[in-house]
Amino acid sequence: MKQLSKQIVFYSALIALWVILAKAKIWPPYIFPTPWGVWDSLRAGFSDHSFWIAIAVSMKRMLLGYVLSVVMGMILGLALGSNKFLEQTLGGLLVSLQSLPSICWLPLAVLWFGLTEKAILFVVVMGSLLSVTIAMETGRQQMPKIYGMAGRNLGARGFPLFWYVLLPASLPYILSGLKQGWAFAWRSLISGEMIFVSLGLGQLLMMGRDLNDMSQVIAVMLLIIAIGYMVDGLVFRTMERRLQARWGLSSAT
Amino acid sequence: MNNNQSALPETTATDDPSMVSAGRPARAAGKLSFMRAPQQGDETPKLALEDICLSYKTTSGQPLVALDNIRLQVKPGEFLCIVGPSGCGKSTLLHLIAGLHQPTSGRVLVDGHRVQGPGTDRILIFQELGLFPWLTVKENVEFGMKMKGVAKARREEQVERYLRMVHLSQFKDSYTHQLSGGMRQRVALARALATEPDVLLMDEPFAALDAQTRDLLHDELERIWAETGRTIIFVTHNVREAVRLGDRVVVLTFRPGRVKREYVMDMPRPRHIEDSEVAGAAREILGALREEINKSLEEQYGHEAAI
Repeated sequence: MKQLSKQIVFYSALIALWVILAKAKIWPPYIFPTPWGVWDSLRAGFSDHSFWIAIAVSMKRMLLGYVLSVVMGMILGLALGSNKFLEQTLGGLLVSLQSLPSICWLPLAVLWFGLTEKAILFVVVMGSLLSVTIAMETGRQQMPKIYGMAGRNLGARGFPLFWYVLLPASLPYILSGLKQGWAFAWRSLISGEMIFVSLGLGQLLMMGRDLNDMSQVIAVMLLIIAIGYMVDGLVFRTMERRLQARWGLSSAT
Repeated sequence: MNNNQSALPETTATDDPSMVSAGRPARAAGKLSFMRAPQQGDETPKLALEDICLSYKTTSGQPLVALDNIRLQVKPGEFLCIVGPSGCGKSTLLHLIAGLHQPTSGRVLVDGHRVQGPGTDRILIFQELGLFPWLTVKENVEFGMKMKGVAKARREEQVERYLRMVHLSQFKDSYTHQLSGGMRQRVALARALATEPDVLLMDEPFAALDAQTRDLLHDELERIWAETGRTIIFVTHNVREAVRLGDRVVVLTFRPGRVKREYVMDMPRPRHIEDSEVAGAAREILGALREEINKSLEEQYGHEAAI
């Protein structure tokens, strides 16, 4: 409760400062937008459906790219885990590749796939694939060995052993990597859309710039923050909380 | 009739108890089969360990012989207890029987067939239990059957049966962290029994429990053993537990693990540690075990002195 009231005070003060600065008219509105201008942009964007369309397009790319990278990351992680040679060679390469911002893949993707959905999907996948793969690998290493032994002891082997034992057993260790993968994919997508113009939130942002409409730029930025925060807070936090409750890891008990 | 059939039948690994750990296990096993023959006829043993050796390199690169020439035979339906000091390789022995590891040499035979890997005819209850925290009690118990491809209706039936057997029917939808230590132990037992193994391997299963819970579980385990007729190999460092439960108690030596002595327990059940016969047996086994514990302590101190 105290936390909440602190936050209310903080944000009210922030908005008040913004209002004061905007009222003072030190800068022209195309450089320093007013709060009511941003509010109008948000309302206009949602009422003419352009924001809704952008969100839908971006989320569709995100989901597709993310699901692809989770599936591929699992397969890659599994391959790394089951083969010492791959682990020592490809494993190292993947870790070093992770230091490459995934937007750097865009020129390559455009040359390979042209200005298509595939190119943007490629960038999104490259953004999160490595996180997921590395998370799988860490999960496998950190997971208590007893579960694998117990599973084999009870007759599980091959794919069922992975699916019913090793994967769920390593989930608490993988989850943070999945979350990180999502965050990276989200960043990659928005940057990709800003450069590579075809619908989506990133493009809306650039459109605001092209029209000198600072209010729209800020409105879209707020939207990107809100969506990122909501996915993190609603989807991943909920998953984490459920997992912890199930495993008995929560601090509450 | 030989002298091993006396009132407290003790079969020593060697003729002379003073030579016990002198490395004559092969002879001990020969003696063992001779001893058992008149009791049970010549049926094939449920489980036979033939000259099991296991050695590995420690992290410092030193070769270490963990198990040396273990020979044991276990009759169908027998309750065998293995006691030994910590570090004698008794848990490792169970892992070998379960097929989770392979011996360096020697063979594990179940019904005369060589064990190549894990199989649901031998279920191990780990010391840490290894219950799956992401599954409910019911799903844990069901797991082995699911892997075996048992039909759903049959699985439900079995889960119900075994949960009733361990008195946990009301907790079937709980997660394991919501249960007490004794209850978790019983879930592990139900999960093992539900796969209907021929041989149940138990690795110090009650070590972490308080004395009252342990006593209760001894009674339950004995009842379930009588009810299901499973062969049980029970590893413990607790001599009282071993004499309370075992048809036979095997004492292993400290590093390398060898069979030091075997004791046949033919006192009537249920046994109480207060009974003079049971207490006498416990004393005797404890004496043998203590020699090994002392050896392990000496090694530890010697090691520290060397550093």
